[in-house]
Amino acid sequence: MNRMTLDLWVGFFVAIGLGALLFLALKVGNLASASTGETYVVKAKFDNIGGLKVRAPVKSAGVVVGRVADIQFDSNTYEAVVAMAIDGRFKFPRDTFAKIRTSGLLGEQYVGLAVGGDTEMFKAGDVVKKTESAMVLEDLIGQFLFSKAAEGNDKK
Amino acid sequence: MSPSDPLVKISNLNFTYDKRPILTGINMEIPRGKVVAIMGQSGCGKTTTLRLIGGQLKPTSGEVRVTGQAVHELDADRLYALRRRMGMLFQFGALFTDISVFDNVAFQMREHTDLSEEMIRDLVLLKLNAVGLRGAQNLMPSELSGGMARRVALARAIALDPLLMMYDEPFTGLDPISMGVIGQLIRKLNDALGGSSIIVTHDVQESLQIVDYIYFMSDGKVVAEGTPEQIRASDKAYVHQFVWGEIDGPVPFQYPAAPYREQIYGGAANA
Amino acid sequence: MLDSALSAVRGLGRRVTDRIWRLGFASRFFLMTLVYSGTSFRRFFLTIREIYFTGVLSLIIILVSGLFVGMVLGLQGYDTLQRYGSSEALGILVALSLVRELGPVVAALLFASRAGSAITAEIGLMKATEQLSAMEMMAINPIARVVAPRFWAGVISMPLLAALFSAMGIFGGYLVGVQLIGVDEGSFWSQMQASVDFREDIVNGVIKSAVFGVIVSWIAVFEGYDSEPTAEGVSSATTRTVVTSSLAILAADFILTAFMFRG
Repeated sequence: MNRMTLDLWVGFFVAIGLGALLFLALKVGNLASASTGETYVVKAKFDNIGGLKVRAPVKSAGVVVGRVADIQFDSNTYEAVVAMAIDGRFKFPRDTFAKIRTSGLLGEQYVGLAVGGDTEMFKAGDVVKKTESAMVLEDLIGQFLFSKAAEGNDKK
Repeated sequence: MSPSDPLVKISNLNFTYDKRPILTGINMEIPRGKVVAIMGQSGCGKTTTLRLIGGQLKPTSGEVRVTGQAVHELDADRLYALRRRMGMLFQFGALFTDISVFDNVAFQMREHTDLSEEMIRDLVLLKLNAVGLRGAQNLMPSELSGGMARRVALARAIALDPLLMMYDEPFTGLDPISMGVIGQLIRKLNDALGGSSIIVTHDVQESLQIVDYIYFMSDGKVVAEGTPEQIRASDKAYVHQFVWGEIDGPVPFQYPAAPYREQIYGGAANA
Repeated sequence: MLDSALSAVRGLGRRVTDRIWRLGFASRFFLMTLVYSGTSFRRFFLTIREIYFTGVLSLIIILVSGLFVGMVLGLQGYDTLQRYGSSEALGILVALSLVRELGPVVAALLFASRAGSAITAEIGLMKATEQLSAMEMMAINPIARVVAPRFWAGVISMPLLAALFSAMGIFGGYLVGVQLIGVDEGSFWSQMQASVDFREDIVNGVIKSAVFGVIVSWIAVFEGYDSEPTAEGVSSATTRTVVTSSLAILAADFILTAFMFRG
């Protein structure tokens, strides 16, 4: 085996290997859609975050605009503090509503941003004023049963 | 050190492996320009002696001095520098099986020198010519006969014109013609290179014709030494048995066992 | 009675100390390989040659197995997912299982039996025929000249082979899922992209395969270098390479997975 053919084969091997990695990164993974650019962090306090996890998506109008960067527990207010890294390209008004939502009935939880009407935009480090906690299935069922029972009482 | 000092001087060399003594109290001298044979039965410590000279093993006590330097005291760099001036022919050649004859001989030149590829080509052909195999330069080691492989290995060992050549059983497994060829090559190359050679062998008749001095070893000790004439004339029982290839003598034919009668009839008596 | 019990305990103790001694020896050998790695990069052609033998010659087996594993995933995954009416998630299932687990692990297992055993056999044979000794006597360090290039070739080839395996597997899953069964092509790819994270899944998969590459190459060169210089010695060393690397890959996979995908 002479050196030229050897180099050629190895070059070919490395090229298709890197090609496969690129395919995985762009076509299979989300490198193409995930911005590598600047992000800014906005915090939001929730009474209950349900099953929200770090790196869960932050969506607005169904489009991923950021990721959950960190989740802490505030022992003074007994609330969860969720830090969201939001893509620098997107600006949101300061009265934007942050809600914890579930994709599908049993899917992943994410933070949904419902845009408000303020003229001032969020800056890095700002705290979201208006939040809505995760829906907990047990609470929902409990409420439903309670209201049914209340209805029953009214009829009597 | 003066030119008259021996190239290799072994003094009071002991070597133990796994608490088993392999060599005890070896003293040898290899003078410059001479071919010296170390003879003895298989397993008497000949090859171990070679490895101690090459620094592949460390002595338990005593020392081996090559060009005045104690081999086991050298650090890795100095040892490698010394080894560049040694050549070794291994028992079955130990050619690199994945490269051609030419590349085998060129191997050391490419690793250790900055010679141009043309210069290396000329040198390799010169070395191959010396062993009569210039025409085989493009063959792979698997295409060579045993004798040819040994000659290629010889060409490779002399690639950098070593001061000291070591041959580990160079005659083993060769037909009489190849044996003669190798024997003559060893002598001629030694005289041409002006260095010294050590041959480890149990092939008495072949080596007696080409060497200047012989050490006889048995059970890790030097039991006899002398020039070929002295050895031929020796009346020491061991040397006599070895040189003339007698079946029984100080080295018994029988592997140690209980007496014959006892083992035969003893078994019957128990039954 | 007491004697035989004592000797059994002693035998156990010896076996344990032997193993530990050997592990220590292997670690020292690993360090030596790293220390003498300069040659492999200064004269990169030595490594390129070994990449040919370990990487290029493993291509066929990696590509074909990848394709089949992906196709099986497509069939099995569809069968299970359609019971829950979520056959669009087939892309996620195929991609995640390949990128996170099957790609690195199966490629490493194949690599151990295809290239690892060949490395061990080659080095073991060089030792048995005194080629390594000859090199030492020529003042050439066999670890730098023979061991290190093979080690690095393995380390370089492994992640590339694992990536090829995963890519080929996803293609196989696509063939079966989309072309054969008829899962919607758009949702196959878009669902996959939405849930396969570049850093979390793909980079971690590459890290895994790099670690496996180090493990397999290390075991292969060590077993070869440490083999008995006889025909039986080389063949048993080759077997040991395959068995030890397979176990080590699976154990390391568990540990790495536990660290990587805890959250």
